[in-house]
Amino acid sequence: MGFPHKPSERETLVLSKYFGDPEAIGLDGWRKRGGYVALEKALRMEPAEIVQVVKDSGLRGRGGAGFPTGVKWSFMKPGDGKPHYLCCNADESEPGTFKDREIMRWTPHALVEGCAIGAYAIGAEVAYIYIRGEYTEPIARMEQACREAYAAGILGTNAMGTGRTVHVYVHKGAGAYICGEETALMNSLEGRRGNPRIKPPFPAVAGLFAQPTTINNVETLVAVPHILNNGADWYKKFGRPDNPKSTGTKLFSVCGNIARPGNYEVTMGFPFKDFLYDLCGGPLPGRKFRAIIPGGISVPIQTVEEAENSPMDYEGFVANGTMLGSGGVIVIDDAQNLVKQIARAARFFAHESCAQCTQCREGTAWTTRILERIVAGDGTHEDLDTLLDIADNMTGKTICVLSDSCATPVVSGLKKFRGDFEALIKRKKVHMVPVQVA
Amino acid sequence: MNRSPDEMGELRAPADASHGLHPATPYTPVFVGARRKELDELLTRYPTKMAALLPALWIVQEERGWVSSDAMAEVADVLELTPAYVKGVVTFYTMYHQHPTAKHFIQVCTTSPCNVCGAEDVVKSFLKHTGCEELGVTSADGRFAVIEVECLGACGFATPVMVNEKYVESVTPESVPEILASLD
Repeated sequence: MGFPHKPSERETLVLSKYFGDPEAIGLDGWRKRGGYVALEKALRMEPAEIVQVVKDSGLRGRGGAGFPTGVKWSFMKPGDGKPHYLCCNADESEPGTFKDREIMRWTPHALVEGCAIGAYAIGAEVAYIYIRGEYTEPIARMEQACREAYAAGILGTNAMGTGRTVHVYVHKGAGAYICGEETALMNSLEGRRGNPRIKPPFPAVAGLFAQPTTINNVETLVAVPHILNNGADWYKKFGRPDNPKSTGTKLFSVCGNIARPGNYEVTMGFPFKDFLYDLCGGPLPGRKFRAIIPGGISVPIQTVEEAENSPMDYEGFVANGTMLGSGGVIVIDDAQNLVKQIARAARFFAHESCAQCTQCREGTAWTTRILERIVAGDGTHEDLDTLLDIADNMTGKTICVLSDSCATPVVSGLKKFRGDFEALIKRKKVHMVPVQVA
Repeated sequence: MNRSPDEMGELRAPADASHGLHPATPYTPVFVGARRKELDELLTRYPTKMAALLPALWIVQEERGWVSSDAMAEVADVLELTPAYVKGVVTFYTMYHQHPTAKHFIQVCTTSPCNVCGAEDVVKSFLKHTGCEELGVTSADGRFAVIEVECLGACGFATPVMVNEKYVESVTPESVPEILASLD
């Protein structure tokens, strides 16, 4: 559903079918809509069978990296005598992305069910849903859903009467973009500062509380009950016939200078041009699209001509020089100062850097200073080379990818919109220097 | 926009704020009675006591409105941590207030997706109509403080504004007076 707009007939509503439906929020309403059928089925299956179905479905991580979910689950070795954990990453903070918020606001039980199935499949008895602290409404909805599920015997030490133990707990973050990084999230959940950890060890070996851990995005987990109910083949049929690597439906959040911003659910491989103009209504009256960032602010920025040709799936965006990321489409039109927006993006990363790596701590701050200097009319042509030099030092050299994410809009922006930077520099302010009298 | 990157207009302490160093009244513990029970229930969810640190700090903030040094010491005590460690964690996260806040703490998202939709004008409108002279400074009547905040994750509802714990969506410079009038 193009929430908050009416759904378009070209959308494929699986995850977002009940957005805006207040009756779907409570347990009774959710059960009437087919809720917890998949969990009951799952708890009577062998965990390995569930992992196989998810593998077969081709489901990939919806948080940004796009790692195959079933493969990730299969890294969790059963019978190793250690407690396993599932973390649900609901720290949605990538600018441009707001899909998980709607999932949790309107269909909280879908996430409880997805977490319970995921936990059982990886041999975990406990799942933590780490939600960013600002999301007070989704947190309240999720906590209420968990309470209802415990009261109904869906969760607990005898989940749905099967004798299995499944706990799902909500954990509230406290304002840090970096806690969306998987190991930073684990540190934060353990009661530490949210600094990302050096990998290896990977979470499947030593994650939360140093135990084998799987971490999945909200949208990934809510897709799982649908896959179990309808089968892997049903899920696989959503997608481009010529690209079996991206399957299923995907929620895209659309924001910025566009007629109908909101969340739209389409099949993988949907033509981006149709998406922008038909579903989202095209540009605002009298304006033209100029630049598009298709997957949250961390992915390369594109000119509208480049972007329009992408099929909306992992491979389609990569082939076109950008990434699907988290599916947060940011549209910038011709009325905006693009350099200012890139500077604003850099400021975001400078603010959110956890500061443990020098390249990131210094790089994000200096990138911001230089860009803001250019925007203020005090830039020089050397600044552009300096920016690229800093970006080079920020890429691939740090513990996590926040530093790379800051460099991305700068490098791609300079490559595609260099004229905008140069125009600002040419308009440079003339500073009056007092005449020296001999 | 000519600020250093560490300047986001963070909430500043009012001139008369006690930092808990020389409190006027003795500190009364938070974790007694129902709040202690709440914490004990939370502790059953995690294999370590430390994991309850963020939730415990949230309880303190709900109870007191901010997290004082004394409160950090109390949290450290109940979770078997050191006060210095707790302070290290508190200062990492932006949502824990380290001094008392205005009655209505207003956070306006100005990150790129909202910025292109005119978020900076929303900030200006809030500053003008609340009588706050600058970002992070509590208004003379103690009712309002306004800061810019990074992405609130509601980009499609530009500009989202957080008033204390509540989101107000699709705010425009023109709708600001109406929002302020609805606050007591």
